[in-house]
Formats: sequence, C-alpha cells, structure tokens
Amino acid sequence: MKNSLTVRVERGKKSSAANAGERLKSVLAHDRAGISPAILDVLKEEIIAAISRHVDTQREAVEIGLDQDAQESRLIVTIPLRSINTKRKR
Amino acid sequence: MAATVVTITSGKGGVGKSTTTANVGVALAARGKRVLCVDGDIGLRNLDVIMGLENQVVYDLVDVVEGRCPLKQALIQDRRLPELYLIPAAQARNKTAVAPSDMVRLCNELRPEFDWILIDSSAGIERGFRIAIAPADRVLIVTNPEIPAVRDAGRVAGLIEAIDKGPAQLILNRVKPDMGKRGDGLNISDVLSLLSIDLIGLVPEDEHIVHSSNRGLPVALNGRSQAGEAFRNIARRLQGETVPLMKLDNQRGFARRLARLVGSGARVLSPQRAARARRDS
Repeated sequence: MKNSLTVRVERGKKSSAANAGERLKSVLAHDRAGISPAILDVLKEEIIAAISRHVDTQREAVEIGLDQDAQESRLIVTIPLRSINTKRKR
Repeated sequence: MAATVVTITSGKGGVGKSTTTANVGVALAARGKRVLCVDGDIGLRNLDVIMGLENQVVYDLVDVVEGRCPLKQALIQDRRLPELYLIPAAQARNKTAVAPSDMVRLCNELRPEFDWILIDSSAGIERGFRIAIAPADRVLIVTNPEIPAVRDAGRVAGLIEAIDKGPAQLILNRVKPDMGKRGDGLNISDVLSLLSIDLIGLVPEDEHIVHSSNRGLPVALNGRSQAGEAFRNIARRLQGETVPLMKLDNQRGFARRLARLVGSGARVLSPQRAARARRDS
C-alpha cells in the first residue's frame, strides 16, 4: 500500500471536492507537490499559450494535474492536438 | 536497560499528544517498564495535570538545563505507579530556554535509567518541535480524523523524513464510531490511505477522557474506557507485540477493511514486521 499509492488531482475539469475525502486528497497532494491550486491554474494557461505557439491545440480539452506516489510528485499535462488532416487544404 | 526515546508530535494543536504521552506512559509502566515522560511544551505545562502530578512539581526541565538542580531532583515519581516518572515543563519560560542539543544530552544521561522515555512535543513545527524531536529514536504522530489535523500530520511526517528521523507511526485519535457513514464526511480509510504512514493505533472518542484529565487519573488505568484500552494496545505494539485493532461500536467489518489498508490481515503491524514487509514488497 505504502509504496504504490498514487494520488491524482485533476484541475481544468470542474474540481470535484464535493466531499471531505476529496478535499483532503486535493489538499495533501498540493501540499506535497508544493504547488497551490491557484498556481496550477496560472501554469495551465501559460503552458497552453506556449504550446499553442507551435502546435494547434484543443484548448478546452487541456488537463493538468498532480500525480504522486511515496517517492515523487509529477505534474501531468494532457494536451489534445487538433489533427492536421482535417486542416489540410487541397 | 537502555531507553528507547519516543517523541509524540502532531503539527496540529489539541489533537491529543499530551493525553497520548501520559496514557502510553501509564500503560507501559503498568506492565512493569521504567518510564519517563518529559513535557516538552515549555511555557504551556500540561502533562503534570493530565497525569495528576501537578502538586509534586518543584523543579522543571529548564531548571535542569540551566543547572539550578541536578537532573534526578527534577524527576517526579508517580506514587500510584512507582515505575513512572515525569519531568515537567517550565511554566514561566518559553521554547528559547532549551536547545535541541540540551534535550539530546539530557536523554543520553537518562537512557541507562529507563526502558522508555516519552517526550510530549509542543504543537507546531518550529523550535518546540525541534527540541522534542532531536533525541528521538522513534516518532509517533497523533492526528484526528478531520482535514486540518490530517493535513498537518502529513506535513510533519514529511519534515520527519527530511531530517532522517522517519518513518514515523500514526495514532489516529478521537475516532467517532459512525464516521464517514453519511457519505460526505471524512472516514478513516480516507485518512490512512492518503497519509501513507504506518498506523500504530486508533483511539476512539471517549467521554472518560475529559473526566480523567479533570481528575488527574489517566484512562489507561480505567478498565471501562475504550480509549484506555486503545492506549494500552498502543503500548503493547510499541513493545513489538501484534495486537488486533479494537472493534469500535457500529463498525462491523471495519477492522477487517482497515487491516487491508494497513497490509497485514487483521492486525496492525509491529514495527519489526512493518520494516520487514516494506523490505519484502
């Protein structure tokens, strides 16, 4: 249990801290990673802006979250790209 | 006899560190161990009153550190349990009066005289915590099943690892029997799975506690108190015994569910078995 537990916090979707367990999970994950939820939101916007300068992204579908286990915290960013096939002009 | 020094800390205030220190001390002494409780909360003396020894306080920890009395003179012996001793905190000073190195020195001097030295830490993570943690061989983190307390426990556990005093073990105190049943409350499995700290005991909410501190009679001496039984179990687990978790009221199957989280059948791991389990996994 101790070694393989992951705690995942999703931002970018509506945060589901509807119950105490979810709130606690979120609070602990952010504390451990050293990133507050507010900073994560700012980071998300900046990442979207930076990536959008080079590739075509689906802004609304971007997700950013924290993934953790006992050893480390990770920032996980999922950026769906628009398929170039639909955009090619012939 | 070379004492194991155990620091009881929490981060959050008011979760039951002093009550735990007093009761685990009493439980160990009742089993014939020579126990010293040290009140590390300088300026906010509490352990004496919880243990019912407040009328015997003459010298305190700061008197010893500043050389106003020999160490042995500050030791208060509990007349009900002659194996149990207390060094009270100073009441008129604050945490600047003692340095972490003083505590280490003190404990080293006392180790040959005792089987267990239990240090009641102050709340917080500043100097009071650093004083209490400096001499620790083992650390127990006390928390309550509510978000602010658990969050602080998580923070403290991280700090303890960072200074190489880990891993700590967790005491979940003031557990109510019907927690989490109404759907959006915090339940015990939430707390344990999120904190990833080995559990050494669960202590139920118990109205005997407030009576016991009013009377100066720790509940570990009270056969009718569930909290008292829980503290006695913690003392046994500290000594390496494997003790099944108590069944709390209204918690059919709870102990089994909990034990799956803790990882070893229907029992809370003793520290040796926990270490082996970690090695093997």
